[in-house]
Amino acid sequence: MNIDPQTLLPLMIVIPMGMGFILPLMGKRLTRVDDVLASLTTAVLLCLSLMLLVHQVQAGKTEVYWMGGWRITNSGTVFGINLVLDGLSVLMLILVGVVSFAATLFSSRYMDQYTGRSKYYGLFLLMVTGMNGAVLTGDMFNLFVFVEIAAISSYALVAFGCDRDDLEASFKYLVLGSVASCFVLIGIGLLYSEFGALNMAQLGERMTGAKSSMSILALMLLLSGLGIKAALVPFHAWLPDAHPSAPAPISAMLSGVLIKAIGVYVIVRVVFNVYGFTDQLGMALMVLGTISMVVGVILALNQWDYKRLLAYHSISQIGYVVLAIGLGTPLGILAGLFHMANHAIFKSLLFLTAGAVEFRTGTRQLEEMGGLAQKMPNTGRSSMVASMSISGVPPFNGFFSKLLIIIACVQAGHWGFAIWAVVVSILTLASFMKVQKYAFYGQVKEKWAKVREVPAVMQVSMVLLAVLCLAMSLLIVPGLRQAILDPATKALQQGVSGYQEAVLGLLGSGH
Amino acid sequence: MLYVLCLILFMIGLYGVVSQKNLIKIIIGLTVMEFAVNVFLVMIGYRRGGMAPILERGMESGAGWDKFLAQAVDPLPQAMVLTAIVINLAVLALSVAIAMRLYQKYGTYDITVIRGLRG
Repeated sequence: MNIDPQTLLPLMIVIPMGMGFILPLMGKRLTRVDDVLASLTTAVLLCLSLMLLVHQVQAGKTEVYWMGGWRITNSGTVFGINLVLDGLSVLMLILVGVVSFAATLFSSRYMDQYTGRSKYYGLFLLMVTGMNGAVLTGDMFNLFVFVEIAAISSYALVAFGCDRDDLEASFKYLVLGSVASCFVLIGIGLLYSEFGALNMAQLGERMTGAKSSMSILALMLLLSGLGIKAALVPFHAWLPDAHPSAPAPISAMLSGVLIKAIGVYVIVRVVFNVYGFTDQLGMALMVLGTISMVVGVILALNQWDYKRLLAYHSISQIGYVVLAIGLGTPLGILAGLFHMANHAIFKSLLFLTAGAVEFRTGTRQLEEMGGLAQKMPNTGRSSMVASMSISGVPPFNGFFSKLLIIIACVQAGHWGFAIWAVVVSILTLASFMKVQKYAFYGQVKEKWAKVREVPAVMQVSMVLLAVLCLAMSLLIVPGLRQAILDPATKALQQGVSGYQEAVLGLLGSGH
Repeated sequence: MLYVLCLILFMIGLYGVVSQKNLIKIIIGLTVMEFAVNVFLVMIGYRRGGMAPILERGMESGAGWDKFLAQAVDPLPQAMVLTAIVINLAVLALSVAIAMRLYQKYGTYDITVIRGLRG
C-alpha cells in the first residue's frame, strides 16, 4: 500500500482543526450528529496514525514535511516550519489517537449531563489539534503555539461544568499554565537571541559544544515552564484540582495524553535533540522524577475522592517516566517511553471508570460507594484491570514497564532510585486496593440498589482500553518492540547530531 | 540596561500574580507579565539606529540593499510577538469570563473565600 506521509502529516493537524471549527457551528441544528462526527474524526485520526506507523516501519527513516514549501536558503539557514515524523512522534500520535477515540466514544453519552455539547466537541478537537501539532512540529516557536492551543482548550474544558469547584480549579490551572507559558516564551526568546534560529534541528546544530550561560538560563526557564505543564513536583499544584473537576472524558484526556504530549514529550525532545543529553541534566531529571513519584503517591494515600486520588497517582506515574528517561541509557529511555504509553492507556481507563461510576451514582467519594461491581460488572472489571496495571501486577502492561524501569536503574548503578521505585509501586498497590475495596467490592449500600450499568457506548470504550492494557504487554516481544518502541528510543538516542542530520539532510524529500 | 527594566516589569507582574488576593488583580498581574515578555522579544530584534524591516522600491540591490541589511531591525521576533499577543488575548478573555462566573457563584472576587478545593 502506498502511504504518502507528505499528504498525511498536514492532515493530522488539519482534520481535527477543521472539524473543531465546523462542529460548534452545525451542532445547534441537529442533535447527536456532533457525537457521531466527533467520534468519526478521532477514529479517522487513529487510522491515519496507524498508517503512519506502518510507513515508519517500512521506510525506517524520519519524514519531514515543510509547510508551504518554504525550506532552506543557499547558506543553509532554515526559514520554513517543518513537521517531523520520527519514531517518537508516531508513538505519541497513536497514543493521542487511541485515548481521544475512547474519550469521544465515552462522551457521546456521558455529556448528556451537560449542555453546550457541540462547543465541547469543538474545544475537544482543538485540544487534539494542539497535541498532534506539538508532537509533530520541528520548530520551537511553532511548538509553543501548539502547546498553547492545547492548553487554552483544556482550561476551557476543565471549567466546562461551570460549578463552583470547576471554575476555581480552571482559574488556578489557567494562572499557573500562563505563568509557565511566559517562562517558556522567554526561554525561546533567549535561545533565538543567542543562536538566531528557531528550527529545532538548526538550534541543535548551532548549540553544539560548550553551553554558554545564556543557553543554560534558557534551559532552566524552559524546564520550569514545561515542568509546570507536565505537573512535576514542585510544579504540580494545579493538577489535583484541575483533573477531578473536568468532565470524566476530559480528565482521561488531560491525565492520559495532555501532560505527556505538551509536557513530558516537549521536555524530552528539547533535552535530547536540541541541547544534547548530559549526565548532569539526566541527574536533574532523575531527581525531579523521583520526588514526583514519592510525593504523588504519599499525597494520594490520604485521598477519599476517587478522581483526586487518580490525579495524585498521575503525578507519581509521570515521575516514573521522567526518572527512567533521565537515566539516559537505551534501556532507560525504552522503559520510560513504554511506561508513558502504558500510563496513557491505563490512567485514561481509570478516569473513564470513575466517570462511569459518577454518571450512575452521582458521587466521587469512595466512602459513599460500595459493592458497585455487582451492579456495574463491566465497569468493575475494567477498573480492576486498570488498577492491576497501574499497581504493576503481571500480566498487565504496568508490570512490564515498571520492571524495566527498575532493571534500568539497577543496570545504570542507581540503586537508591530503584529502591524508591519499588517502594512507590508497593504504595500504589495499597492505594488501589483501597479504591477497589471501597468502590467496587463489599456490601451494596441501599441507596445504590437501583444503579444500573452505564450505556453500551461507554462500556465499549472502557472495554477497548482494558483490552489494550492487556495487549500492550506484548510490546516487549521483539518483533513488536522493534516496530514501535525501538524507533522511538532511537529518535531520542540519536541526540543532537542524529536529529539534525535526519531533518536537515532531507532537503530532497517532499515538495 | 533596557533588559533590566523589562525584567523588573516581569517581576512586578509575577508579584501581582503571587501576592494579590483579588481575582481581577491576579489577571492584571498575569497580563503585565505577558506584556513584559512581549517587550523582551521585541527588544531582542532591535538594532541601534535601526530602521523598519520594510524593503522599499529601489532597495533590492546595490547600495540600498547593503544599507537595508546593515540597518533593518529583525522582523522575526516581531512575528513571534504578534502571535504571542493573540495567545495572551485568548487567555485574558477566558480568565475574565471565568472570573465573572466565579463572582456569580461566590459573590466575591476574594481568593481567600473561593477555597472549595483543599487537600
